[in-house]
Amino acid sequence: MSEVKKIATREAFGSALVEFGEKCPDLVVLDADLAGATKTEVFKKRFPERHIDCGIAEANMMCIAAGLSLAGKIPVASSFAMFAAGRAYEQVRNSIGYPHLNVKIGATHAGITVGEDGASHQCNEDIALMRTIPGMTILNPSDAVEARACVLAALEYEGPVYMRFGRAAVPVINDNAEYHFEMGKGTLLREGSDVTIVATGIMVNSALEAAEMLAAEGISAEVINICTIKPLDSELIVKSAKKTGKVVTAEEHSIIGGLGSAVCEALAESFPAPVYRIGIRDEFGQSGSASVLMEWYELDGKGVFKQVREFLK
Amino acid sequence: MNNLELSRMANEVRKGIIISVHSAKAGHPGGSLSAADIFTYLYFEEMNIDPANPKMENRDRFVLSKGHTAPGLYAALAHRGFFPVEDLTTLRHLGSYLQGHPCLQHVPGVDMSTGSLGQGISAAVGMALGAKMSGQDFRVYTLLGDGEIQEGQVWEAAMFAGHRKLDNLVVIVDNNGLQIDGDIEDVCSPYPIDKKFEAFNFHVIDLADGNDMEQIRTAFEEARKVKGMPVAIVAHTLKGKGVSFMEGEAGWHGKAPNDEQYEIAMADLERIGEALCQK
Repeated sequence: MSEVKKIATREAFGSALVEFGEKCPDLVVLDADLAGATKTEVFKKRFPERHIDCGIAEANMMCIAAGLSLAGKIPVASSFAMFAAGRAYEQVRNSIGYPHLNVKIGATHAGITVGEDGASHQCNEDIALMRTIPGMTILNPSDAVEARACVLAALEYEGPVYMRFGRAAVPVINDNAEYHFEMGKGTLLREGSDVTIVATGIMVNSALEAAEMLAAEGISAEVINICTIKPLDSELIVKSAKKTGKVVTAEEHSIIGGLGSAVCEALAESFPAPVYRIGIRDEFGQSGSASVLMEWYELDGKGVFKQVREFLK
Repeated sequence: MNNLELSRMANEVRKGIIISVHSAKAGHPGGSLSAADIFTYLYFEEMNIDPANPKMENRDRFVLSKGHTAPGLYAALAHRGFFPVEDLTTLRHLGSYLQGHPCLQHVPGVDMSTGSLGQGISAAVGMALGAKMSGQDFRVYTLLGDGEIQEGQVWEAAMFAGHRKLDNLVVIVDNNGLQIDGDIEDVCSPYPIDKKFEAFNFHVIDLADGNDMEQIRTAFEEARKVKGMPVAIVAHTLKGKGVSFMEGEAGWHGKAPNDEQYEIAMADLERIGEALCQK
């Protein structure tokens, strides 16, 4: 069996900034002393005059990005999700969201796959926080191909966008000619009739793996990739729920406030259906390698398979 | 405008503050009144702006970092012709574009939405940096409260502005000495303010009387000459300036006058206006 190609979505984010930086002279990138980790370093090397290191001051960075957008720039402010969405939440809300400014936030190191750094850095709450801000678009790509597409879509769109990227290398699953990304649209990746798995980010791969294992047991799972968490493609999710009657959500994020909540809200309003939410339960993470943690919290293919099977019993 | 004309206009701005806050039955008159002369100088003398074209690309920018003193900013903008003076009475009313704190999307002339203290200065720094990066020559002004500088983000912004040598940025601290809970020295002293900004590589200008138009002019003229570093003007002002019972009273930070108090306040300002006309 050939080895699956693995790339971290943060890598793709950095490369995309360089790629689009060539075509977009107004693009400027801000960092808070983490350019090496957020992968914006490649942009810094290519366009040093358009890279702004703000030092370890994320609150200030977000508002500087706001000011830059008002001076005609297209700023991409980057830090770890914990600090971009967590520490600087109120700056994002009041100085970017409220005036609906054209600021893009590139949040890396999201979720449990931050790994060894442990709970202080594993942000499992950022989607929940960002969802509450009116007019905020939230993109959570499933692989490197989609990450690049997200950066392009965010730059073409006028308004605030929160982009969520991971630290760990993850399988490339969208590297095919049919792949097409449209902001606000989910993608039906696999048709099924017994259950719908709605997944986001790196959990899309786990969902696809789980669907294979379920098929081996005679369970037909439909898999939907929701990259745009807000605005949510409710239509696609409801349509699938009407077909299968049962929904599982899968996210590398708390089951409180993220994709699971968004899907429950959408279904409750138009087609109430039983939902099981896969994600981080109401708890903090811990140190460990990304793969060990994915297994421990039952977020890998096997873990998703097990939980879906249990739910269907 | 000459200094006397500017002082007369500042008195009209003060009336606008009292009229709007009274109509709203809420708002922040104290810090609006202390900064009325600075608002007036900025919008009628200092800044390159065009009320007919509020989004003019190369305009100078103003960010009201102490966003709660929106009544002062609104009154200055209205008198400068950005929107009708009559609209000031809609302040804080449902559906009005004159929100309790400045909203960039709805108020002509407002360059940044503010209200959460400590954030406006950072946005102003971003604008000043943007101008430098694009080779534009507009200047950016931001007004902070002396209580506001207790916010840590102010010093993140100051460190960055000093580091980047943003000499197109002027930070003004309205040092009226009072915040909601009382005297700033009792609550959590930010003094010495001048030495702090100096330490962050600012050129600091001490404005001994921030309610005196001649001294304000001198300060802003000095600011224009500074090259290679941002400027901080520490303006010593009187909270509630111009309204007898509000002057020097922390209690008038965020309270509206009732009908009776409104009459007294307006009579105070009428008297001041008449005296200025005699000059």
